[in-house]
Amino acid sequence: MNKILRINMSELTSKIETAPEQWAGLGGRGLTSTIVAAEVPPRCHPLGPNNKLVFAPGLLTGTPAAQSGRLSAGAKSPLTGTIKESNAGGTAAQQLARMDIKAIIIEGIPAEDKWYRLHITLDGVSFEPADDLVGKQNFAVIDAMIDAFGPKIGVLSIGVPGELRMAAANISVKDPDQKIRSHGRGGLGAVMGSKKIKCITIDDTGAGKVPIADPDKFRAAAKVFAKALLDHPVSGEGLPIYGTNILINILNEAGGLPTKNFRYGQCDHHEKISGETMHETIVSRGGKHKHGCHAGCIIQCSQVYVDESGAYITSGFEYETIWGLGANAMIEDLDDIARCDHLMDDIGIDSIEGAVLLATAMEAGVIPWGDGKECQRVLRDEIGKGTPLGRILGNGTGFVGRAYGLVRVPVVKNQGIPAYDPRSVKGIGITYATSTMGADHTAGYTIATNILKVGGYIDPLAKDGQVELSRNLQIATAAVDSTGMCVFIAFPALDIPESFTALIDLLNATYGLNLTADDVTELGKTILKVEHDFNTAAGFGPADDRLPEFFNYEPVPPHNVVWDFTDKEIDEFWNF
Amino acid sequence: MNISIKLFAGFRQNRFKMEEREIPENSTIIDVLNQLGINEPELGVAMIDGRHVTTDHVLQTGVTISLFPKVGGG
Ligand code: SF4
Repeated sequence: MNKILRINMSELTSKIETAPEQWAGLGGRGLTSTIVAAEVPPRCHPLGPNNKLVFAPGLLTGTPAAQSGRLSAGAKSPLTGTIKESNAGGTAAQQLARMDIKAIIIEGIPAEDKWYRLHITLDGVSFEPADDLVGKQNFAVIDAMIDAFGPKIGVLSIGVPGELRMAAANISVKDPDQKIRSHGRGGLGAVMGSKKIKCITIDDTGAGKVPIADPDKFRAAAKVFAKALLDHPVSGEGLPIYGTNILINILNEAGGLPTKNFRYGQCDHHEKISGETMHETIVSRGGKHKHGCHAGCIIQCSQVYVDESGAYITSGFEYETIWGLGANAMIEDLDDIARCDHLMDDIGIDSIEGAVLLATAMEAGVIPWGDGKECQRVLRDEIGKGTPLGRILGNGTGFVGRAYGLVRVPVVKNQGIPAYDPRSVKGIGITYATSTMGADHTAGYTIATNILKVGGYIDPLAKDGQVELSRNLQIATAAVDSTGMCVFIAFPALDIPESFTALIDLLNATYGLNLTADDVTELGKTILKVEHDFNTAAGFGPADDRLPEFFNYEPVPPHNVVWDFTDKEIDEFWNF
Repeated sequence: MNISIKLFAGFRQNRFKMEEREIPENSTIIDVLNQLGINEPELGVAMIDGRHVTTDHVLQTGVTISLFPKVGGG
């Protein structure tokens, strides 16, 4: 892959460029972050003409390697003001890779107040009017595109919150089942909206296969890699049966399940919203408990959640969403939570930010605690329609906190803190504080080692070893995010050494390279530093690598612990 | 002595969610696993009062232990 598709929205032109040599070994997050750092002025307004929206499939995307079909999206984030990468499944990544497109760079803003649909084929890009799509939410957009182009069309789209440039807006990606996966975090939907792009359609007719330099070596490595995924109990058994929501009960037992807007570490109704209950419900109603977000996923952590009559409610129903609505916002009914998840997909807001901001709205007294029906109304009729209240909420947790004068506002760099309490799972607190992305658990998932005993064990309640753990995981994750692999390959990679070797062999076989494990670590370090430098130039410093103050003085039960890292201890993170 | 056992995920299949059991003094987590017919390598995490414990941990009377197979998410 070495084509860069550059789209200029000010002039409504596009061109194909050859990727410069220094981008050759980059894909996914490594490439989006490198491009944003090279081309976006760090102090620019994220919604202004100088920000750029970049999409890049991973280095292995489009090959037959399992789990490799993820798409990275990058820009300066309107939510955090930092650099941002968010990756998602769906069909677009593999289509772009097969079309030999290494990255799409979208720059500028149209002079006229007019909405566009970008149509991408092997012949180039056409700028179609999108007047008939404006005001529609994502499922209606996707249905209209399927009607117009058939079920194989690739779609990236935004809902009304994205059009209105709300900082919680995401970018939706059509998946193989005509449903939605999301570039969720960091408000990238608002960047797409600022560029007046309602939707991007991808028709890969005529595209070939992704070339592989050494097919025999590739096949051998792919086999070892897939075997490790299926052999490891987490990726081979736990995730396909229970999905990620199996974490509710284990975090609850560990006292790290943030409850009622981070007041408590355990939730009385945990069993009702647990992965075990969800599994039973899905099976008894005839839904699907395993399901992949893209062709080629063999782990299949996703699921199709249905109602009592067997009708679809939502898919890709993740632990973080269920935690956020179920424990943190105290909604006890899984069906209500599923309906909120579906609405967040439909209107196009990040389901983590959305869940955290709803709990903050409860803290503010705007919504009664645990009122799942009212949450659905607020999502659909306030945020989804862009009413004044909807715009306050749709701009994210931090904005809601300021609007209502709250103190207990769980954000880092203005991004909502996800599903693990940093006081009782201290490693993840270091990740929240230091990640270049704002509070993001996936950036360095210390839960594996702090809670799940994967890749060793480091006591979640003690400070020792957490900075190093988070650093090593953030470096490895930055590299993995560049391959197009989903983050769950980390479970076998942490425990089964051959699976990590196989991943490197897959890269070498695809590109005819001789990378070593050290090269991959170096790649991860370089990506983190490029991102960190961008953030520094954008005005961020060590004082921003901090958790909200309330974590320092509000002990969280049952362990009654506070966040007790000193500034100096946190700042050690960047010492590499 | 009396202890309570909570089981999660696949460990619940053909067993239970929570039960009280009578076990001999000085029993360890391994002894409980044996009583339940769970092979040690299947165990992911054992916790008592929200703290991780190792399989050789000697149990005190009245404790509640939580046993999880190898699971994960994120
Ligand atoms: S394991 Fe889950 S997130 Fe990863 S590729 Fe499969 S469905 Fe997508």
